Amino acid sequence: MIITVASGKGGTGKTTVATNLALSLMGAPEEARGKKLVFADCDVEEPNAALFLRPHLYRREEASIAMPQIDEHLCTYCGRCAEVCEYNAIAVTEEKVLVFEDLCHGCGSCTLQCPERAIHEVPHVIGQVEQGRVGSMTFVHGMMDIGVPLAPPIIRKVKEWALDDEEEQLVILDAPPGTACPVVEALHGSDYGLMVTEPTPFGLHDLRVAVNVARGELGIPVGVVINRDGVGDAGVEDYCRENDIPILMRIPLERRIAEAYSDGKPIVSAFPEYRSRFLALYHRILEEIAP
Amino acid sequence: MKQLVILSGKGGTGKTSVAASLSHLASSEASVVMADADVDASNLELLLAPTKLAEHAFISGKLALLDQEACIDCGRCAEVCRFDAVLNDGETYRIDPVSCEGCATCFYECPVNAITMHDRESGQWFQSQTRFGMLFHARLYAGQENSGKLVTVVKQQANLWADDHEADYVIVDGPPGIGCPVIAACSGAQMALLVVEPTVSGAHDLERILATTEHFRVPAAVVVNKFDINLKRTEGIAEFCAANNVPVVGKVPFDVAVTEAMVRGLPITEADDGQVSQSLEQVWREVKETLNTREKKDV
Repeated sequence: MIITVASGKGGTGKTTVATNLALSLMGAPEEARGKKLVFADCDVEEPNAALFLRPHLYRREEASIAMPQIDEHLCTYCGRCAEVCEYNAIAVTEEKVLVFEDLCHGCGSCTLQCPERAIHEVPHVIGQVEQGRVGSMTFVHGMMDIGVPLAPPIIRKVKEWALDDEEEQLVILDAPPGTACPVVEALHGSDYGLMVTEPTPFGLHDLRVAVNVARGELGIPVGVVINRDGVGDAGVEDYCRENDIPILMRIPLERRIAEAYSDGKPIVSAFPEYRSRFLALYHRILEEIAP
Repeated sequence: MKQLVILSGKGGTGKTSVAASLSHLASSEASVVMADADVDASNLELLLAPTKLAEHAFISGKLALLDQEACIDCGRCAEVCRFDAVLNDGETYRIDPVSCEGCATCFYECPVNAITMHDRESGQWFQSQTRFGMLFHARLYAGQENSGKLVTVVKQQANLWADDHEADYVIVDGPPGIGCPVIAACSGAQMALLVVEPTVSGAHDLERILATTEHFRVPAAVVVNKFDINLKRTEGIAEFCAANNVPVVGKVPFDVAVTEAMVRGLPITEADDGQVSQSLEQVWREVKETLNTREKKDV
């Protein structure tokens, strides 16, 4: 089972909810969750879960896409590769073929279409994926290299590693913010979308879009966690009621929580009473998935 | 015309609140054009009450469509697709529009030409009038690709309009992260203002966004938001900035008044003249000074 923690807006507390949920499950007896626990940080642009979970990392690999390399001895400069490239990543002049690394998606079209078979593919590194352990939990995260525009292939690799197991697993997946392709890549195949929002007009605006992606586009059931409860207005609650979205948990706006967070302390470590609340959240999710 | 982009790396640090406040302050003494480059979560309009003047479709990228009638179920499309966009239920093949990246590899490889490529409308962009000046903003449809290209369109339109009307400033509210829309948002800017929170995540993400602005040669300055949540980390950020020659142009205290103003649809500087507003006035003075003493830099 995959529970993906997402939100349209950044900084609403995705990582806070995901890490605390995972830590609470880790401390729970196995009968309570009955599964192998995995944490996957798919926010490869700004991976922050490790700051709170402090995993012991033991495996690291580069994430890459297959980029064309042109054999100039075989090339006739016919221009077919540039013609089939949908991303304008190849330019052919009279005696030179230019590949623009930042535009290439690694789709392989040019390689297949070259009539001279003058193109072979070489890996182009765009980031790293690491695996480790936090106590009994498996931890996987990815990091996109600076200046690279393409996150989805790294997210795919993080998910491959996270799901690379025969055993029945419970995966807590921390998604990137936004609602564009990286989020879709993260949410794809999830059993539940846990949307973290704050009760403000910004939070509501972005929650709507995120729900449209998860429930509307991908058909994934969703529930909401309201973070920083107590500020703002009633917009989020009204929206959830009107759209039949359950509010599964509320985390109050408290200075002590903000301070613990700022020092990288998980809420459940600083305030152990939250453990049972996050476990209750997990049970609410189970009820929502299989009522 | 000077272009300022507000970025943060980490989301939710206050980019939009800062962008709206600086737009308000700038508009009281100069002419401003605003661009919301966070096309996934375009919140700037919630503080600007825009009146839409024009609406345009954003056509970008392609989508493969498979004609079931013509398909001979050979599976070649699934074999060549690198984005797992060709689904097979054991009998027939189907293209998942969500995963399809429009690369057309399947289109070229299909032996019976059962696949066609179609334009994809992946969003809209708008030109709107606000009380601070013209706003260019956009909406990327749920789960679409090419947010970077939509950001580029929004910025181009804002720049063109600013040039035509001899505006003094273009203020760009950027997206979170360091990926393609961020790269599009910072291209051509004279200055990037990085909004940072004094948290472990904030400091971690500052290093990554700063490496990104340096990579693209956009000079950066930092404003620490909610600085009083953790004075020690605020100090740490100041030391990091000093070591990297990045000026800290302001420290903004934590105050729920910012959220209260947001609920009323106002940037904090317009809502009251408290500590937050005063610190943002200071930030604007510093930013203005920097923008006007720096030569236009070609990126």
